[in-house]
Amino acid sequence: MMLDAKIPEGPLAEKWNKHKFNLKLVNPANKRKYDIIVVGTGLAGASAAATLAELGYNVKAFCFQDSPRRAHSIAAQGGINAAKNYPNDGDSVYRLFYDTIKGGDYRSREGNVYRLAEVSVNIIDQCVAQGVPFAREYGGLLDNRSFGGAQVSRTFYAKGQTGQQLLLGAYSALNRQIQAGKVKMYTRSEMLDLVVVDGKAQGIVTRNLITGQVDTHSGHAVLLCTGGYGNVFYLSTNAMGSNVTAAWRAHKRGAFFANPCYTQIHPTCIPVTGDHQSKLTLMSESLRNDGRVWVPKTVELAERLRKGELKARDIKEEDRDYYLERKYPSFGNLVPRDVASRNAKQVCDEGRGVGKSGLAVYLDFADAISRLGQPAVAAKYGNLFDMYQQITDENPYQVPMRIYPAVHYTMGGLWVDYNLMTSLPGLYSLGEANFSDHGANRLGASALMQGLADGYFVIPYTVGDYLANIGPAPIDANRPEFAQTKAEVEERISKLLSLKGTKTVDEYHRDLGHIMWEYCGMSRNAEGLKKAKGMIAELRDAFWKNVIVVGENEEVNQSLEKAGRVADFLELGELMVDDALNREESCGGHFREEYQTPEGEALRNDNEFAYVAAWEFKGNNMPEVLHKEQLVFENVKLTQRSYK
Amino acid sequence: MSGHMNLTLKVWRQKNSTTPGKFVTYKANDISPDMSFLEMLDVVNEDLVKKTEDPIHFDHDCREGICGMCSLVINGEPHGPKRATTTCQLHMRSFADGDTIVIEPWRAAAFPVVKDLVTNRSAFERIQQAGGYVSISTGGVPDANEIPIPKPVADEAFSSAECIGCGACVAACKNASAMLFVSAKISQYALLPQGQPERYARAEAMVLQMDEEGFGGCTNTYACEAQCPKEIKVTNIARMNREFFNAELIKS
Repeated sequence: MMLDAKIPEGPLAEKWNKHKFNLKLVNPANKRKYDIIVVGTGLAGASAAATLAELGYNVKAFCFQDSPRRAHSIAAQGGINAAKNYPNDGDSVYRLFYDTIKGGDYRSREGNVYRLAEVSVNIIDQCVAQGVPFAREYGGLLDNRSFGGAQVSRTFYAKGQTGQQLLLGAYSALNRQIQAGKVKMYTRSEMLDLVVVDGKAQGIVTRNLITGQVDTHSGHAVLLCTGGYGNVFYLSTNAMGSNVTAAWRAHKRGAFFANPCYTQIHPTCIPVTGDHQSKLTLMSESLRNDGRVWVPKTVELAERLRKGELKARDIKEEDRDYYLERKYPSFGNLVPRDVASRNAKQVCDEGRGVGKSGLAVYLDFADAISRLGQPAVAAKYGNLFDMYQQITDENPYQVPMRIYPAVHYTMGGLWVDYNLMTSLPGLYSLGEANFSDHGANRLGASALMQGLADGYFVIPYTVGDYLANIGPAPIDANRPEFAQTKAEVEERISKLLSLKGTKTVDEYHRDLGHIMWEYCGMSRNAEGLKKAKGMIAELRDAFWKNVIVVGENEEVNQSLEKAGRVADFLELGELMVDDALNREESCGGHFREEYQTPEGEALRNDNEFAYVAAWEFKGNNMPEVLHKEQLVFENVKLTQRSYK
Repeated sequence: MSGHMNLTLKVWRQKNSTTPGKFVTYKANDISPDMSFLEMLDVVNEDLVKKTEDPIHFDHDCREGICGMCSLVINGEPHGPKRATTTCQLHMRSFADGDTIVIEPWRAAAFPVVKDLVTNRSAFERIQQAGGYVSISTGGVPDANEIPIPKPVADEAFSSAECIGCGACVAACKNASAMLFVSAKISQYALLPQGQPERYARAEAMVLQMDEEGFGGCTNTYACEAQCPKEIKVTNIARMNREFFNAELIKS
């Protein structure tokens, strides 16, 4: 199968407009004859479900939480980018496009990224009209701040709770459509498989998490807006329930999985304190606007700090190494996430890390507090400082924060074309669940932008083209594929429930996380990856023989829910390793130790690897087949990324 | 890090909404003060699963204090003893070695127990669906800077909008009143220019739905504000009452 990304011809700035004109339309009276399934209700899912219902389609929306508002977009802190150029500091659609392509280390599509930058401005208008209370200046206009990888201030924010406010906005639009009867909302419902009929996605199989009932739902199109797969690492900044199951099940039914090895390790998270830890907490990148990152210049001083003989404030200015400011004078503390993370790892590997474990660096606000005063700092970051104190029992107004990189976001995901359709007709993927816009590294404040761009402004146009082509005849849910897929789901549930071994699901999950972090984390090498592949396969076999799953299907059963999700992570992990092994270059979040510049920066190989790696599932325990989508750059010149 | 606290837990166990529940006592040994409250329960559950016993079910997701999914009445207080904190952000250093901790679900007729500590809070959904939005569709809206909003107004709207919809206000109230939650939402829109066109219709619809769900009235004990993990202010309730009163006045 040849991958066709369906990027429209013509100049970059005209592609989307021209494409919108060329897409077929569904007339208003016919829209009500179509059913669309939306799985996941984060920014992408909620905005898509609401907008499609506003247009007149019948939407069935699903989330595993008890309310659509609890999807993990809610936890996004720092902000959302848009090329509004309100601060008059030189921003433009083209600059946002350029920064995003460069930030992604030239591994994303020009066409997609330009469209993202283009619609970014509409998102802010939309959210303000919904009543999203963004931060404002005293004159009453919207305020902006800076984020990593950019030299302009284009980030709109609502304190450190931007994701919450944007999701509540999309959720309010969704509620309006639920009330209008255009969206049927299924909460506490988890998608466990995809129904494919005649090569097209026509439905899903869900489990009701209260009653255990397994149901099928039919639709003319299925939209997966199910987020990323960062929890494959066990510890991440994802929510406890975040999982890959919907996307992975779709992958096993024919949707290609693209660039699974591109994972983002976020530089500013609260360090791990012990084995009991269930998740990691992010401290927003916005903190790097005012916080300065440093470690002691010498290993000796770092050792004394680790032993508690010295406190951070005892280290004299001349004994501190503000290593980001030293190495990258033009971007300083605001280098992109992958660069900041790798540098933190490097100084810790050198023995200059702080905190008891030595796996932390300082993020210091002393300068900002003396420059702006504590109230001004509190007004900007108060909730983050509170959260830090809550977790660590240290007051960051008085002592520097300790931070360390943690798994945060996955740039990889289901392969989609320009229309956001996967390689399986009728199946779409939006937001973090797809691979499309961030290349090998996502810039801060761009996830919220992409989720809402996909849901509010892209899918409403592109899905219509497909629907117009297939026509409005009802989907026949009596086709045997529905019953067959349901039976397969039930069989898998029974299999899981029959396992009465000796090791818990969490123990397997933790073991998988260790393997992934050690060998497929912040830096990777061929030897380690090969080793990891064998270890994951062994762990997976052991899981299916020796895991304990308690309880029954016909009840609330969190043990069963977790088991199904971890079983899928155990398969995905191996594909991530395959992909990392295949990509013999370093780019963005994918750092292969064998490929680096003399200064230790990621060294790309554009001649051989300027492609999207899209993997096709061929059967259980069979190697997946690699399809390459060549990336074509007509507007930007591929250069070694430099933030110096 | 190995722990150094040994605790006794009295946990409400209830198989489902139709079976009567009861308190069951568990030991939580070797607990680190750096654990969050939910991580402490994870440890207890890990032991239960190893013994093939049903783990204690509780709602949780983000574990960052923002999704509003976690709940639990801990020693009689929603989200436990620490102010302005959700259960997931409550750490075991707030307890002492040897403590006995009583853990219950939210108790309110409008929040029936689903299993153990999990309750059904869908009443909140229906209240929001009744009017918690601005009736605009995607596209065709004015430029974001077209309508300036005074910063104090935007900030006030934001502090109402911070509500995470966890339901602690209901659990804290002797009348199981949902007024803090509902008023926070009504306030956000009543303050902002975007909310004006439907201001009174919204207030009326949401208040009527709230009553329909079986939540109690407000008798001004302010327990809701004291227990709210996001410190939503009771002044929102005063504003809601005013909005509702005006709505009725305009109608008549």
